[in-house]
Amino acid sequence: MRVALFVTCLVDQLFPAVGEATVSVLRRLGVDVQFPEGQTCCGQVAFNDGFWPEAARLAQKFIEDFDDSDAVVAPSGSCVAMVREFYPVLLRDESALADRVRALGRRTYELSEFLVDVLHREDVGAHFPHCVAYHASCHGLRGLHVTTQPLRLLAAVRGLELRPLPGVEECCGFGGMFSVKFAALSGSMLDAKIGAIESTGTEVVTATDSSCLMHIAGGLSRRNSPVRAMHLAEILAAQ
Amino acid sequence: MRQDRIDFVHNSERALADPTLHSSVRRAMVRFRELQRPVIGEIEEWQALREYAHRVKLHTLSHLDQYLEQLERQIVAAGGQVHWVRDGAQAGRVIADLARSRDDRTVVKSKSMTSEEIELNQVLEAAGCEVVETDLGEYLLQLAGDRPAHIIAPAVHKSKDAIAKLLAEKLGVPVYDDAERLTRVARDALRRKFLAAGVGITGVNFAVAETGTIVVVENEGNARLTTSLPRVHIALMGIEKVIPRLADLGVFLTLLPRAATGQRMSSYVSLLTGPRRAGERDGPEEFHLVIMDNGRTAIQADPVMRESLACIRCGACLDVCPVFERTVGHAYGSVYSGPIGAVITPLYQGLDVAGELPFASSLCGACGEICPVKIDLPRLLLELRARVVQAGGASWAERLFVRGWVATMARSGRLRLVAPIVRLLHRAVARTGIPLPYPFSRWTQFRELPPPARSSFRERWPFAAVGRRR
Repeated sequence: MRVALFVTCLVDQLFPAVGEATVSVLRRLGVDVQFPEGQTCCGQVAFNDGFWPEAARLAQKFIEDFDDSDAVVAPSGSCVAMVREFYPVLLRDESALADRVRALGRRTYELSEFLVDVLHREDVGAHFPHCVAYHASCHGLRGLHVTTQPLRLLAAVRGLELRPLPGVEECCGFGGMFSVKFAALSGSMLDAKIGAIESTGTEVVTATDSSCLMHIAGGLSRRNSPVRAMHLAEILAAQ
Repeated sequence: MRQDRIDFVHNSERALADPTLHSSVRRAMVRFRELQRPVIGEIEEWQALREYAHRVKLHTLSHLDQYLEQLERQIVAAGGQVHWVRDGAQAGRVIADLARSRDDRTVVKSKSMTSEEIELNQVLEAAGCEVVETDLGEYLLQLAGDRPAHIIAPAVHKSKDAIAKLLAEKLGVPVYDDAERLTRVARDALRRKFLAAGVGITGVNFAVAETGTIVVVENEGNARLTTSLPRVHIALMGIEKVIPRLADLGVFLTLLPRAATGQRMSSYVSLLTGPRRAGERDGPEEFHLVIMDNGRTAIQADPVMRESLACIRCGACLDVCPVFERTVGHAYGSVYSGPIGAVITPLYQGLDVAGELPFASSLCGACGEICPVKIDLPRLLLELRARVVQAGGASWAERLFVRGWVATMARSGRLRLVAPIVRLLHRAVARTGIPLPYPFSRWTQFRELPPPARSSFRERWPFAAVGRRR
């Protein structure tokens, strides 16, 4: 099976190891991973901040970049939700694009969703002998209905001990520009999330989105916490 | 009415500075969520009911004139009177005139957000009436000179101690410390007012066009007393409260209490059709329905925002909102708070006044998921953000940041040029800890920056031996 990787701008520039891990897991399962090199950003940053004409430019570029792919996989629920859920809103006046937008949304998958729902794989051959708490990233959870897929993948990792996270479905407070515009509110939400993570006594906190993890990791290191934030792909790639 | 810009950043920081406020409001919100979950979960067709209610509401909203006129005909046929009012000022005048024409000028009132919206109490008091709120929470707020902090739990921000002191100060009773005793004190005071009142004012949860029936949902029995003891009952509704058929009421009465208070059914559900009829033993002699626009037709005419009028004021979006739980209603600068308030306050008061509210959300989506009438609240917040930016509401720093971002991302070649420069700066910042410009400065108030990567993913691609080691 051929898959186009949408690595996402954040992973590309700040967390390339997450992209490598994603490729590694997919290749291990026999997927032929392509990387359309023209790709950049889905436009969510601009869209969520109200800059819709600017976001539409990036959305149209994304559609061009991934037009001839069979399936698109991204290590981010939030970017996939942007493509699947919000491109049709953003591009509603571009009637000529409507079919392409919908079709692209249908074949664009968040990583755990792709592994479990499309490839029907839960055991990806990973070995990770650590305690892990899973945080359910909002856009994956409520935008894409990614609920049990990451947990099923984690349950099949050898050596891994899953620690249930209290308030697992509560937002970490990132929200893109929200984290800087309403920094104190966002910081208070982050405090609650980190308190919950630390209450589990876990070694690692994981999620399907590097954006949430960047926020959580920033809070953990501000507190000098020993807990590490790792993307789900990095755990699944570990052997 | 001109109003100052609502400064949500400032308001929320003030709320966050009160450490007990968040913990006590959170406790109440978590309690609501715990009550809601099982009674929503037990309804297998919950999603279908939400969808159905949404469609009924949107259908009604696109035929409002027809259903409101039908409602009027049925109310009149049942012996009631209907008053059409354009805005809050006119509603205040109509209701004040009705109340003032009586000898007994005590007015009892059950909980109504619509009356809060138009500050009806102040209008009636200015007209020489004594107005008494009879919902316990609203009564406490009236005594304290405060405003509701939550759509259905108006006094959620008041601690039991504060309530005990308030009742002692205002009613001359001892400072009691048990809730039951405090409730009894309030009840005794309210019973006397009920018996003295000549006019009762309520809101309307639903108005059924087919039968001319108004429906009032409550838990304390105070609305039932308000509608049955005084000689005159005045009900105030926004135009969006009408539903076409009595048969659909069952759907709404399944959704509302479960989403609002986590109850299968509210303690008192009153279906009222006109005043007391010949041979009936109780009920008011006169029934007046005040149907108010107050900015709603403008929202109705806006195809994108119209669905916000489907709101049945259950307050569930507040209960699940991480922002609401930390700021509480007052920070929203309007009687409508939480996600629904962040959507409708800008529509009622203008983007220049309330344009910051739609941005005060992490877009976690919990509100959209819980809404029993399936209002797509996160999307409406996004739609409003786009309107704010289009109207020039973004700061220059923000415009610079986003436009710079988009210009860079518009071509991968540009990204390849710009990214190494940004990475150099990032490394320099990480090494020296020099202060950062907006928006990064606000980030580092509460968290560390991520460490710089040595190279980007696209520079590493295609890597040969990937897959063996991390």
